[in-house]
Amino acid sequence: MSNRPTPAIASPEREPPLARGRRRRRRSSPSGPARDRIGYLFLAPWFAGMALFTVGPILASLYLSFTEYTLLKPPEWLGLDNYRQMLADPRLHKSLGVTFVYVSVSVPVQLVLALALALLLNRGVRGLSFYRSVYYLPSLLAGSVSVAILWRQIFGKDGLVNQLLAMAGIEGVSWVAHPDFALGTLIVLNAWTFGAPMVIFLAGLRQIPHSYYEAAEVDGAGPVSRFFRITLPLLTPIIFFNLVLQLIGAFQSFTQAFVISGGRGGPSDATLLYTLYLYERGFGSFDMGYASAMAWVLLAVIAVLTGLNFLFAKRWVFYGN
Amino acid sequence: MATELGPSRRRRSWRLPKHVLLIGFGLVMLYPLLWMVSSSVKPTETIFRDPSIWPTELDLGNYVEGWEALSHPFHYYLWNSAVIAILAVAGNLLSCSLAAYAFARLKFRGRNLFFAAMLATLMLPIHVLIVPQYVLFSQLDWINTNLPLVVPKFLAHDAFFIFLMVQFIRGLPSELDEAARIDGCGHFRIYWRIIIPLSVPALATSALFTFIWTWNDFFSQLIFLTDPELWTMPVALRSFMDGQGETAWGELFAMSIVGLMPIFGFFLAGQRYLTQGIATTGFK
Repeated sequence: MSNRPTPAIASPEREPPLARGRRRRRRSSPSGPARDRIGYLFLAPWFAGMALFTVGPILASLYLSFTEYTLLKPPEWLGLDNYRQMLADPRLHKSLGVTFVYVSVSVPVQLVLALALALLLNRGVRGLSFYRSVYYLPSLLAGSVSVAILWRQIFGKDGLVNQLLAMAGIEGVSWVAHPDFALGTLIVLNAWTFGAPMVIFLAGLRQIPHSYYEAAEVDGAGPVSRFFRITLPLLTPIIFFNLVLQLIGAFQSFTQAFVISGGRGGPSDATLLYTLYLYERGFGSFDMGYASAMAWVLLAVIAVLTGLNFLFAKRWVFYGN
Repeated sequence: MATELGPSRRRRSWRLPKHVLLIGFGLVMLYPLLWMVSSSVKPTETIFRDPSIWPTELDLGNYVEGWEALSHPFHYYLWNSAVIAILAVAGNLLSCSLAAYAFARLKFRGRNLFFAAMLATLMLPIHVLIVPQYVLFSQLDWINTNLPLVVPKFLAHDAFFIFLMVQFIRGLPSELDEAARIDGCGHFRIYWRIIIPLSVPALATSALFTFIWTWNDFFSQLIFLTDPELWTMPVALRSFMDGQGETAWGELFAMSIVGLMPIFGFFLAGQRYLTQGIATTGFK
């Protein structure tokens, strides 16, 4: 942040040498309370939204997670019963397993595709913006019910995939209805959205100074060593950013699994993502207390994974100097 | 200089296969969409016999019949979706730009703390909030109204757009608003007369993303709008599929395409803003 020149009234008295940040703040505004007030005024809608729709609900859901609540009568205190019940709930364990498989396969697949295509598109490809748009388009569409419907048909018994397989003489199964493959169709759908992280990779690649490559080339470095010694290390912050973003997003996938499985996470719970099960308990059977406990476990899982991500980042993310 | 020749020649010879690869891959990516478009103009019985994307005959019957297949004509649901999406755009532009101006340009006690809190909400799964929000809205009698989908937008609930606009405003030269300060301009005038006009690219990006995400949104519309009279396009489509989808794929595809058209249109019109918006959020 640059220091702002301040109006003459700003520093009538000489201040003792305080910490730089504090002094800067003091000097840059006419007077404390008035300055605060204008800031808070601009933030007023955000404050109200935070209180009503974020902080309030977080606290309420923590409270509800210790109760039995079906909307019909006031919440009834249960202590840790919901959490205990979760330990013994086989469908919950199943949904956690499905979610972990989904997240840990689909995110790396998506990011590797994104990085590979970004590298292909990076330097001097004619028609870059055309390719970028074509690859990016699915990211905008994939969240829609329309595409979920399309997917259900593509991977259905008589769908596009099996029609193409039939031309090669192979008879396919109904992929969306097969317990071993149904989750795979969702992973493919997520991979289809590699365009969004690819755009971020492309922007990151553009920030690497061209002179690095020229210097390396003069020193006789080949394309492989230039990739591993220049491109990849300098790109690690972007890889990290994409990883954190996509992990959090993948944990929250809902629409596609819901629509493709007809709302039940089938066949035999093979696509029962955690969010689907949460919806079923919360809004199918209005078991709001249990759903709140589930929501808190989801929050804890995402928080721990993100924390681990940041912890391990020190080992592999290169921030230069 | 001597080494310059070798790699660049190699690069040129690599150019053609690279384009073949990129175009081929692009076709694979788009094939499902093209197939859906072509299927929507085929009679349902031929969809499953023909993987080609060139329809042998052009039959718009699926569009005509699909339009009237639900209890209301399809434009009824499109309109419901559009009302919510347009209000969401207005809400996000107004409330997020106000908050972004405060974070990017004003100094006040607790700014860094609030900014960190705002960033933290970016990572918050909606599922943690949805149950108590539902309880709150049902006590306010807002279930089966558009209010749960619209009011949060006017209260800067989408932190992503605050972040995007903060990043953008920080990149604007501060000389302009400093000059205006010295001329005695208040912060609201600076916000409205200087920052907002200069932020049009960021506002356009936010508007496009808000529209597309709201238009696609299914989860919260499924939860807050259970009355079929209020159904939006995605909720209606899903009920269409569950109801008679297996026998009317052609009609279902036709309506699915109609549902994607606005996104496609905005993508064509504003792709520069969309890709730049995505890219800038990655950087300070």
